[in-house]
Amino acid sequence: MAWRFIRHGLLSENFVLYLSIVFFAGLYLFMPYIASGRNLANISSNMWPLLALVLGQMFVLILGGIDLSQTSIMALTSVIGGILMTTQLDPALFEKSPLWGILLSPEGSPISGTALAVPLGILTMLAVGMFVGLLNGLAVAKFRMPAFMVTLVSMMFFSGLAIYLTKSENIMYLPGGFTMLGSGEIGPVPYSFLVVLVLAVVAQVVLKHTVLGRWFFAVGKSLRTSVVSGVPTERVIILGYVFSGFCAAVASVLYSARLACGRPTLGQNLLLDVIGAAVIGGISLFGGKGKVLWAFFGVLFFVLLSNALSMLALPFYAEPVIKGTVILLAAFLDVTRNRLLAREVLA
Amino acid sequence: MPEPILQFDGISKSFFGVHALQDVTFSLPKGHLLGLIGENGAGKTTLMNILGGVLQPDCGGMRLKGRDYAPRNPAEATEAGVAFIHQELNLFTNLSIADNLFIDRFPRLGKSPFVNKRAARARARQLLESLNLNLSPETLVDRLTPGERQLVEIAKALSTGAEMIIFDEPTTSLTAGEIERLFGIIQDLRRQGKSMIYISHNLGNVLELADEIVVLRDGRVVDHGPRESFTIDKMISRMVGRDISQIFPSRQSRPMDEIVLDVRGLSHPGVVRDIDLTLHKAEVLGLFGLMGSGRTELARILFGLESFERGRIRVDGRQCGEGGTSEERGQDALATRGQDARDTEIRSPRKSIRRGMAFVTENRREEGLLMEATIVDNVSLAALPAFASPRPPRLLHARQLREAVARVAESMRIKSGPVHRTLAKNLSGGNQQKVVIGKWLMARPAIFIMDEPTRGIDVGAKYEVYSIINDLAAQGAGILLISSELEELMGMCDRIVVMSKGEVQGAFDRSEFDRERILHAAFKGHQAHQRGTR
Repeated sequence: MAWRFIRHGLLSENFVLYLSIVFFAGLYLFMPYIASGRNLANISSNMWPLLALVLGQMFVLILGGIDLSQTSIMALTSVIGGILMTTQLDPALFEKSPLWGILLSPEGSPISGTALAVPLGILTMLAVGMFVGLLNGLAVAKFRMPAFMVTLVSMMFFSGLAIYLTKSENIMYLPGGFTMLGSGEIGPVPYSFLVVLVLAVVAQVVLKHTVLGRWFFAVGKSLRTSVVSGVPTERVIILGYVFSGFCAAVASVLYSARLACGRPTLGQNLLLDVIGAAVIGGISLFGGKGKVLWAFFGVLFFVLLSNALSMLALPFYAEPVIKGTVILLAAFLDVTRNRLLAREVLA
Repeated sequence: MPEPILQFDGISKSFFGVHALQDVTFSLPKGHLLGLIGENGAGKTTLMNILGGVLQPDCGGMRLKGRDYAPRNPAEATEAGVAFIHQELNLFTNLSIADNLFIDRFPRLGKSPFVNKRAARARARQLLESLNLNLSPETLVDRLTPGERQLVEIAKALSTGAEMIIFDEPTTSLTAGEIERLFGIIQDLRRQGKSMIYISHNLGNVLELADEIVVLRDGRVVDHGPRESFTIDKMISRMVGRDISQIFPSRQSRPMDEIVLDVRGLSHPGVVRDIDLTLHKAEVLGLFGLMGSGRTELARILFGLESFERGRIRVDGRQCGEGGTSEERGQDALATRGQDARDTEIRSPRKSIRRGMAFVTENRREEGLLMEATIVDNVSLAALPAFASPRPPRLLHARQLREAVARVAESMRIKSGPVHRTLAKNLSGGNQQKVVIGKWLMARPAIFIMDEPTRGIDVGAKYEVYSIINDLAAQGAGILLISSELEELMGMCDRIVVMSKGEVQGAFDRSEFDRERILHAAFKGHQAHQRGTR
């Protein structure tokens, strides 16, 4: 009986959700403050930007690719957004920047302080993110280069560029209209949640209800069959990377706003969180599998885990060890689960 | 009667509530060769997977050499002396023959972890000699012909000390000479007292080799008897469960004058030269040629998968058939009707599909199917744009799509579990091919290019594919049928064009069909070529 119950949970679509609930409930017994309003708000604010990244990553993973450059896109767009929007720069810090005197002055950029600064800044960030994604996509689709190499190179290149632009300085004094996106709320609902909700709904509609969505899965399952069946494979692949870049830029907006600065090292340690959350959610690294809900569950579990670990105030070396162990365990459960599923579906 | 070496006792297995095997019971005397025949999906593969430890039966058991035998994995089956010679060979082409033979059992230097290469070579040479295969054990498998590879597989089976050898469609990729050699070796093995199961759709071969024959149908043993009690006709009718009065269904329609595909002077260096080809409405045009004659390459060029240097392809992709449900489905094809697809223009499968073409490729696993996707996803793939709003975001009309897929799946009589859950990889070869054809039917094409549509599928499924081709022709589609089986083309086609060495060597109307002359044309370039090199 108990076995059947567990088996049902294991095989369910919502397996990772159940896992998260069990995990949370278990921790609650030992650390009731984990459910305090403040901590829940903290968990929520950590979740939404990460979910934006994972949603973008998911499209690329479904194609059978991977986007390692998301974090460098965050860093680059954070810096560019900061440059365009900041109202005050310390000459002592920024004189060395290659942009000093061209785009940068002690009063920020030419559009700083105007009403256009925030919308134009955000749009530029999004455009830059999509542009980097476009470069990745072109290299993968047109030149048939391996996604891992392409995005590894753009990760190195663009994070280098981000640091070069400000000579590694953080850009402070961002306008309130921008920082509000990171911390502001409508009633109990944070802006960041609304932004990512829109993103998730779009992703869901595209994947489930459009021709393009079906094409994504088809390309991920067999590129050759897709070509013969008339799928515009190159366009689909390019769109996947562009969307991934777009999502990274959205995450960059949310993170930068929350930190109230343009930071050239933004997202440096996030890459494994993104891939880890996606894989825990059940999105296959081999392509052809992925769901918005899975991305959400993966992020939920991952953020809960990180949160619990940081609250335990463990020594600095223990956190990655435990995190790694839990990911390994989740991966093991996933394999077990797939084997059970395969046995059930084999015909 | 010698004692049985192998017994199946009431083996049953079901997937998804569909019975793959039901109460399969028969036994095989030691030293005999048993021919196992049945349509795709009849349960042959499942039964062999159980024998090989890949699957476990739901109930029933097996006995091998008088002892209970229940392998939990392929290694245990090998250990027990059961060896498989697969249709798709399982050799490492980048390794030598010796490496392949001993990949899992290299002789060692004493008890050390180091390989005793000399012993491996000597043992390999001995095995190859026993099969009259004059090759160095160092030869890379990559360099071997399909026939030689087959023999290496057999050598591998012998090296494990197998007493029970299962051949699964061993002749599909062999030449006539290689087949003869294989059969000689099978006879040798029989003389040495090995027991064998021989699975093939080539019923003539089965009749020639087998001591006794077992017929499976829908997971049950429907006949079991000595070879003498069988004829080809009886084998077919037992497999299919009805009498097949003829192998090819009769055609009701005749070709029309209207031309749907016109190819003039098509050339691409090293591939095809000066190809002229005309396909009429409602015509079944055969394209015959040996391997490497350029027939597949030509098909790929026509469909826009490969480019060409000179010549002209004219496609009149008008919709065919009755009851086009959606206006826009026809629009794309109509808009481009009569357009030239010259080499200057960018061509792609996508554009070819819009012009009303469909292409059943010769390798359905790699290019025809999404193996990990459901039947529904596979069948709908090519026609998706026709079932969506024409402008972005191109939302799918889910209900219409579902209904259309269901109609196609039903008309194709695909045997499977639920179509929205069953994965293509879990279907039998014949059903997989029906899924591929079904995918193209969704788009209602006017031109069908079919490259070896009946390769590796059984008699019953072949008959069904032939019927589908006839139906398509009757609805006005032009069909370019490529096959290496001349009988198939002679049975199905209105006209046969013969290719060799990338050139058209002759064309024959149905009234002029003559095996000798067609084969002569197919070999023409080869002889000329040989003369030229001498």
